[in-house]
Amino acid sequence: MASAIRRRRTLTAYTFLAPSLLGMVIFFVFPLIMTVVYSFTAFDLSNPPRWNNFANWKFLFGGDPLIGQAALNTLWFVAILVPVRIAGAMLVAWALTRARRSSGALRTVYYLPALVPPVASTIAFVFLLNPATGPVNRALAAVGIEGPGWFTDPSWSKPALVMLGLWVLGDIMVIFLAALLDVPTEQYEAAELDGANGVQRFRHITLPNMAPVLLFALITGVIAALQYFTEPAVASATAMGKSSVGAGTSQLLGWPDGSTLTYGQLLYSKAFGANLFGYASAMAVVLFLVAGVTTAVLLRRFSSFTPEVAS
Amino acid sequence: MRSRRALLVVPALVSLALATAACSGSPSDGPTAAASAPPTVSGTIQFWHFFTDREADVIQGVVDDFEAANPGVKVVVKSGQDDQKMRQAISAGQPIDVGLSYSTDQVGPLCSSGDFTDLASFIERDKVDLTQIPDTVLGYTEYKGKRCTMPALADVYGLYYNKKLLADAGYTAPPKTLAELTDMAVKLTTFKADGSIKTLGFMPLLGYYENAEAHWAPSADAQWLNEDGTSAISGSPGWTTLLEWQKDLIAKLGGYDKLAKFQAGLGEEFSAQNDFQTGRVAMNLDGEYRTAFIDDQAEDLDYGTAPFPSAQGFESTYGGGYITGNIVGIGKGSTNPEAAWAFVKYLTTNTDAQVKLSNGLKNVPTMHDAIASPDLEVSPQFQTFLDIFENEHSATTPPSGIGAEYQTIFGTHTAKWQSGKETDLPAMLKTVDQEIDAAVQLQAGS
Repeated sequence: MASAIRRRRTLTAYTFLAPSLLGMVIFFVFPLIMTVVYSFTAFDLSNPPRWNNFANWKFLFGGDPLIGQAALNTLWFVAILVPVRIAGAMLVAWALTRARRSSGALRTVYYLPALVPPVASTIAFVFLLNPATGPVNRALAAVGIEGPGWFTDPSWSKPALVMLGLWVLGDIMVIFLAALLDVPTEQYEAAELDGANGVQRFRHITLPNMAPVLLFALITGVIAALQYFTEPAVASATAMGKSSVGAGTSQLLGWPDGSTLTYGQLLYSKAFGANLFGYASAMAVVLFLVAGVTTAVLLRRFSSFTPEVAS
Repeated sequence: MRSRRALLVVPALVSLALATAACSGSPSDGPTAAASAPPTVSGTIQFWHFFTDREADVIQGVVDDFEAANPGVKVVVKSGQDDQKMRQAISAGQPIDVGLSYSTDQVGPLCSSGDFTDLASFIERDKVDLTQIPDTVLGYTEYKGKRCTMPALADVYGLYYNKKLLADAGYTAPPKTLAELTDMAVKLTTFKADGSIKTLGFMPLLGYYENAEAHWAPSADAQWLNEDGTSAISGSPGWTTLLEWQKDLIAKLGGYDKLAKFQAGLGEEFSAQNDFQTGRVAMNLDGEYRTAFIDDQAEDLDYGTAPFPSAQGFESTYGGGYITGNIVGIGKGSTNPEAAWAFVKYLTTNTDAQVKLSNGLKNVPTMHDAIASPDLEVSPQFQTFLDIFENEHSATTPPSGIGAEYQTIFGTHTAKWQSGKETDLPAMLKTVDQEIDAAVQLQAGS
């Protein structure tokens, strides 16, 4: 009798879960397995894939002349863009909690750029930072500073993209703001009574309380940086004076001098430009593994940083 | 027990994936022509193209003419569809009857994959006169002998020059050789007080607007690929000639950094701020479509057009230039191939349709009869491009199974060459060969 009830409950649970499970299998598990299978084949999207004796994997780890540069650029964005955005969002959120007047208006002002479509914000930034005609370099020149080439200089193109990332930090700032406002004030009062200074209060109260939110921002930020595509692609094309992305001259990819070539752009170019869908699948598998391992490491590393463990 | 069941799910899914992979795609060559041409065609066809706004209206005008001439046919037009989207849709089995692509680089993938059907049986049956189309154009619309596309219109590249700026510098004619171009570019370049470039005679950096390896290649008869699809770059002396000429001109104009700084301030290519239209550069390589932009955005500009100058040792090739263009084909999933072919034939071999498209889009018609038609609107500047198109020394980029990847690979190296990071040109060209050959092998499945 008990087992019949358990069976019925299990069946009911699976019935309710079925739509999402089906979605997972169709749109995630199955494509993932297919991508792994295609990574061992020569595939042109139209004809049946042909086993190619690990040629894609050999090319990936020893033949592709651009993969190293694309991987390094992408890791640069993971290492710099993500922490800078998190630190910037934290600072803005903290400042907003201290605002005594117009806090609602200020929150709106800082959040609004996050609503601008990435293509539009990137184009706007390229115009603002145009080294010859942009207002930023003109302002710098007015105070006697020769501005850099920004998106047209290989040394400055990535920092310029970080500046763009900072401008649109409203998405994580608003989550940090909510988390900061959620920290119990009595904890700060107790710490003050115990003589804790500002840094100690931040380290021992604010950070542990925000740990889950920080972890979320870190993991989603890392995954987004690993897949970074739109902003560098649009910045390259716009800074070159082109109005299209994808089509065009051979110099477009990662311009200037490959400095903005990301792993995601290279993957797209290999699939839809070079017709190497099998090789692009191998690249996608590596990207998936790196994202998966990074997420696992971060979860494990930060497990000791949750409020429960830290307190 | 539960874990054992879970263990069974993984091989089951993998088996399903392998089975699906084996069945992916369709190796069929798509529809072929009926034994005899039907007296009339009827039914609905789906036509995908990439044009938008005003240009889409021009295409619609020709579609309307076709429907009027073939009352039984309804053409459902899907505008604004780029090549990637169209290929994905065809591969996924969507019944796209006719597709128009903007890139001849896609001919290799479209033909080799079978996404566009082989048109040979239709062409043979209807005795289509292919001698109406120049050999270069015939070359870029087929892949390894398989004609899966027909040329709709062409883009032709030549030299634009600002007559006033040239006259001020004492020149009455455009350069015919790269040596003359160098001398004139240096003389026409002016500098600001701080030493930066104010106006430029000619920009030698690749990547600037239409400055691309492919567009320079005909000037020195530079070759891309061998018959077997492998790289011919290091074995083609034209590339060495062109890249050394470029290096020399970069040095004479003040060096890479100075030019890169000038380039950083360029105006968007298709806006009124285009550097040639504003007088920021005196001479520029561009396509015939620029004439329409100048008419629209800079009507007071006094300019001329000429074939791009030839390199030393290749003077006899003067008059030719780079040609590319739009291509049109029948999707492998076409459900109405006879009506689709009738439409493709109308777009690509009907003189009136070609003239109407050319007048509307300001591209070069791909048929001799259309070029000679009195109805074709031809300005003196546009005439230059018609002449280049008909010139025997004009050339294009060859179709390849790896699309434009061979140009991309070359471009990553020429970017380093022009900035001075690569200095050993022969070694660089050998490396380019190796990298292209590796990609070709990978695509071939070996």
